[in-house]
Amino acid sequence: MEGERKVKTEFAVIGGGPAGLTAAIEAAKLGVEVTLIDENFKPGGQLFKQIHRFFGSKDNFAGERGFEIGNMLLGDAEKYGVKVLLKNVAWGLFEKLKVGISDGNKINILEPERVLISTGAIENSIAFPGWTLPNIMGAGAAQTMINVNRVLPGKKVITVGSGNVGLIVSYQLVQAGAEVLAVIEALPKVGGYQVHASKITRMGIPILTSHTIKRANGNKEVENVTIVQLDQKFNEIIGSEFDLDCDLVCIAVGLRPLAELCWMSGMRFDFISELGGFVPVHDENMQSSIKGVYLAGDLTGVEEASTAMEEGKLAGLAVAESLVKINKNKFNKEVSEVRERLRSLRLGPYGEFREKAKERLIKSYYDGGRY
Amino acid sequence: MVNKNFKNITKGVLSLEEIKKFPGYPSEERFKKGAVAVIECIEEIPCNPCETICSRKAIIVGNPITNLPRFIDEDLCTGCGNCVIKCPGLAIFVINKKFSKKEASIALPYEFLPLPEKGTKIIGLNRKGEEVCQGSVYKVLSNKAVNHTNVVTIVVPKQFADKVRFFKVLN
Repeated sequence: MEGERKVKTEFAVIGGGPAGLTAAIEAAKLGVEVTLIDENFKPGGQLFKQIHRFFGSKDNFAGERGFEIGNMLLGDAEKYGVKVLLKNVAWGLFEKLKVGISDGNKINILEPERVLISTGAIENSIAFPGWTLPNIMGAGAAQTMINVNRVLPGKKVITVGSGNVGLIVSYQLVQAGAEVLAVIEALPKVGGYQVHASKITRMGIPILTSHTIKRANGNKEVENVTIVQLDQKFNEIIGSEFDLDCDLVCIAVGLRPLAELCWMSGMRFDFISELGGFVPVHDENMQSSIKGVYLAGDLTGVEEASTAMEEGKLAGLAVAESLVKINKNKFNKEVSEVRERLRSLRLGPYGEFREKAKERLIKSYYDGGRY
Repeated sequence: MVNKNFKNITKGVLSLEEIKKFPGYPSEERFKKGAVAVIECIEEIPCNPCETICSRKAIIVGNPITNLPRFIDEDLCTGCGNCVIKCPGLAIFVINKKFSKKEASIALPYEFLPLPEKGTKIIGLNRKGEEVCQGSVYKVLSNKAVNHTNVVTIVVPKQFADKVRFFKVLN
């Protein structure tokens, strides 16, 4: 390609969310020269729109708010000399680990010795008549608007989906000055944590389980939605429809790994629904089926920021070890600590199935991946 | 181990009878002694800031971190309210059933603006958001240390102490 510039670096990190930042910091701390690429104006991924306190233990900043953790990580990245390339899109991963990046004007080729892909996840949606009307958006988009850009997209809100994202964003919309009329959930029970559900129910926001959105109505934007009750087999109950006037519909029906770069590069995948669908396989040290390319965070299974940071740390350590920047004993000790923390984060009714799914993902790596 | 009580949640609201079965709900004997933390955390999620913040070691989570928070000795809790501020689930309240002869006070986490002022008349809301009684704001704690999880203490008739968990300003 004409005019392209080749840039050498030891370790290229693609995606500067909690996983990528933690990996970059960990490797840089151990003397690895790190370049972090992020397509946004600021690194931090989704952390800067998380204004609530995080669960977990002291080791994973429990009780701190997401954006505060983001600030801490940015401080550390600077302190340890991580080179950050913002407003740059990584558009391809080629042979010999070459990474094509573009800032919109020109194309550069990074030539790293190791690569981490930590591109996170993307929101799922559901289709229904009228779903393309303006002001029907992903809950994450609404959250970015209120918490990052300080714009209230609507004042009368219906949230579809009662997982933690739906519950938290509903709460935060009320903090931002909106009225949430209802949270709609197709399953017969609430998806997210009971404590998050309680925060909104005690304000009088109903969570309508076994209900779904049938259609959205409106001329230029959403003005009204039709809601219908579902039976145990998820069939609509005829005659149970009712309408609610609203000016914003937030869709919070889960996330899936954002894995285009992995697909393009020919990586091996598996399909594990508990982790969000198609997931690139990796070994116990986060290395993908392409030698020298590591993975971490939601890309390898949709979980929490806390697990993403631990996986990032693991990948950062593994990269440093492979570049002989850390001695084997120290590496083994640190890795076993990370694994212990990851295990504790994957306990309980919301964690155990993820622990099992991650075990399957690693097993699939050794079996060559199904896709 | 999946908590057996978990299946009781159908609409995100537990009844008082159900919630009282969990180990973070103080006994009636303890309530008789004055202010105490009421921990409405009923799922085994990996989380322990309540234990970390409690200087009296009244709240125990222990190992594994998914244990439900519980009291070993309820009398260790002084009702200081530090856990109310730090709980990421906003699931802890400090309740004083001995506030006065006929009233109880409920300190609850409040992350909304504008903050109510002392003396403001309120309507107490239960866990479902239903209006159950009237009351007033007794105290508002808002400073740098609470880091935007303000603590509003409301006073309601004693018989509603186990029911009221939020409020709205009476217009």
